[in-house]
Amino acid sequence: MINNNLQTLEKLINSELANKVKFSRINNNELLFEINKEDILEVIQFLKSNDKCKFKQLIDIVGVDYPEDERRFQLIYLFLSHEYNLRIKLLIKIGEKQSIHSVVKIFPSANWMEREVFDMYGIKFNNHPDLRRILTDYGFKGHPLRKDFPLTGFNEVRYSEKDKKVIYEPVKLEQNYRNFDFESPWEGTNYIKEIKKSETNEKKN
Amino acid sequence: MKKKTKSMSLNFGPQHPAAHGVLRLILELDGEVVEKADPHIGLLHRGTEKLIEQKTYTQALPYFDRLDYVAPMNQEHAFALAAEKLLDIEVPIRAKYIRVIFCEIGRILSHILNVTTQALDVGALTPSLWGFEERETLMTFYERASGSRLHANYFRTGGVHQDIPLKLVDDIEQFCKSFPKIIDDLEGLLTDNRIFKQRNVDIGIVSKQDALDYSFSGVMLRGSGVPWDLRRSQPYEIYKDLDFKIPVGKNGDCYDRYLCRIEEMRESVKIILQCIERLPKGPVISVDGKIAPPKRDELKQSMEALIHHFKLFTEGYRVPKGNIYSAVEAPKGEFGVYLISDGSNKPYRCKIRAPGFSHLQAMDYLIRGHMLADVPAVLGSLDIVFGEVDR
Repeated sequence: MINNNLQTLEKLINSELANKVKFSRINNNELLFEINKEDILEVIQFLKSNDKCKFKQLIDIVGVDYPEDERRFQLIYLFLSHEYNLRIKLLIKIGEKQSIHSVVKIFPSANWMEREVFDMYGIKFNNHPDLRRILTDYGFKGHPLRKDFPLTGFNEVRYSEKDKKVIYEPVKLEQNYRNFDFESPWEGTNYIKEIKKSETNEKKN
Repeated sequence: MKKKTKSMSLNFGPQHPAAHGVLRLILELDGEVVEKADPHIGLLHRGTEKLIEQKTYTQALPYFDRLDYVAPMNQEHAFALAAEKLLDIEVPIRAKYIRVIFCEIGRILSHILNVTTQALDVGALTPSLWGFEERETLMTFYERASGSRLHANYFRTGGVHQDIPLKLVDDIEQFCKSFPKIIDDLEGLLTDNRIFKQRNVDIGIVSKQDALDYSFSGVMLRGSGVPWDLRRSQPYEIYKDLDFKIPVGKNGDCYDRYLCRIEEMRESVKIILQCIERLPKGPVISVDGKIAPPKRDELKQSMEALIHHFKLFTEGYRVPKGNIYSAVEAPKGEFGVYLISDGSNKPYRCKIRAPGFSHLQAMDYLIRGHMLADVPAVLGSLDIVFGEVDR
C-alpha cells in the first residue's frame, strides 16, 4: 500500500520538477531522488509546501564521504510528511571545494544538522546564520568523519600534574591500531538464498 | 530617566546537576530574564559513528546502548531493524514479542527517570527516590535477560541474543500489576501539586507549527497536540496487533509533556501485559546460520555449525549493498538509523538520528523571555540525555 503512494509521489516529483530531478528510484520501500545542488532551495520549498507532498519535517541531514569519487561528498536530506505518512530521501552530490545553500530559512531545525555536517565533513553552507563546529572540541582541527581521517585522531588530552591543567599532545599509541581484515576473499555460495527466494516467490504466487 | 542596563552572560553547566549531563549553556540575561541561550554540546562526543564504520555489524550493536543510556534496548532496536531490512530476513515471532516487551520496559525506565528528575529540578525530591526504586527493579529484568543492567547488548540482527528465563515473564507480569499503583503515587505527589504546577504550567510552550519546524518528535511533538507515534503510524514488529492509546497534549507546555509521559507509562504497562499474555513459543533468533550463530549444543556435533560460528565471529555477516533509514519510537522521540552498506561486513556509514539533538537545538527558542529559574524546568521537560545528543 505504501509502495503505491510512493510510486505516485515519484511520478509527481518527476513531472513537477522534471528538469531538476537527475534520477529517482524506489528501493527497500524508500524513495530516493537526486538533484543538483543549485536547485536545493526550490526543491525543498516545493516538498514542504506542495499540497500533495507536505513534507513538513526535516528529519536529518546525512553526510557521506566517497573519497574516490569526483564529487566526493553526498548529502542526504531525510523528510517526513505527517499528512501522507511518507518519507523521502533527497540526494545531492557535492565536491570538496564546493559549498551549498543552507536551508535554515525553510527548516529552522537544519541549523544544527548543517553545523554537524560542517563539523564532520567540512562542507560549507552559504547563508548559514552561525556555522560553527558543534560536536568536536573547541579548537579542533580536521573533519573526523572523512574517510581519510584516522580513527585514532591526531591529538589526545590528559591532565598534566606538572602544569596543573589539561594538555593536548600528539597521539602516542603503545601499539599501532590494528584493523584486521577478516573478510573472506571468496564470495561464498548463493544457493541457500536462491532456494529460499524461489520458495517465497512460489508461496506468493 | 531610564536606567541603562547591560546584559550579563552566565555559564550554566557543564557540571550543573540540573543540566542532565554535560550541557554547557551560555545564557545572556537581562536581570533574571533570559535573552539568549547558546547550548554548547559535544562534551560527551565519542565518535560513535566513526567507530561503527570500523566494526562489523555485530560489534557495532553495543555502541547503541551507550547512546541513550537510560533506555538502551530501544536504540539497539533501530539498528537491528535497519540491518534486517537490508538483509531482508524475517524475525521469529517470539523474538518480536520479547523485543516489544523490552522496548516498553525501556520506555518506562526512561520516563520514570525523566518525570522524577523533572520534579527534582523544580524542587521535589521524593518522586526521584520512589521512581529510582522501580527503575532498579526494571533493570534487574534487563539483567536477567541480557546479563547486564544498563549496557544490554541483547538485540541481534534477526532476533534477540537468548531466550528469557522462564520465571522472568511471571516477574514482569507481577511488576506490571503493581506498577500502576506506583504511577498513581507519583501522580499524587506531582499532578495537582501547587508548586509543581506553578513551575511547569505555561512554561516552554511549543506551538504545533514550531514543533514541526524544529523537527520535534515523540512526547515533544505529541505534547503540542500532533497525534504522531511511529508505533501507530508506521508500525514495526507487532505494534499493529496491540491495543494501546497515544496520549496527546493540548497546550504544548512542560506540564502537558509531563502528563503525556505519565500516560505513556500506563500504556506501556498495558502493552507489556498484552505481550506476556500472547507470548508464543519458538525460536528467538533467525535460524539462518549465515546470520545468527548456532546453538551451543549443535556446536559440539555439527561441523557446519562450527564453521558458521567461526565465520560469524571473525568475518561477521555481509550485508547487501544499499541504504536504508529505519526509525523507532524511542522514549524520547524518533530515533533513526541511516545505514549505508557497501556489501562488506562493516557498515560504510551509519548516521544516527537522535531525537534529543533536535530538541536541544530549540532551547534558544524555548527559553527566550523566560526567567532563569525556568531553564532547568524546560531542560527537564525536553528529556535530554547527552549520550544520544553528542553521540
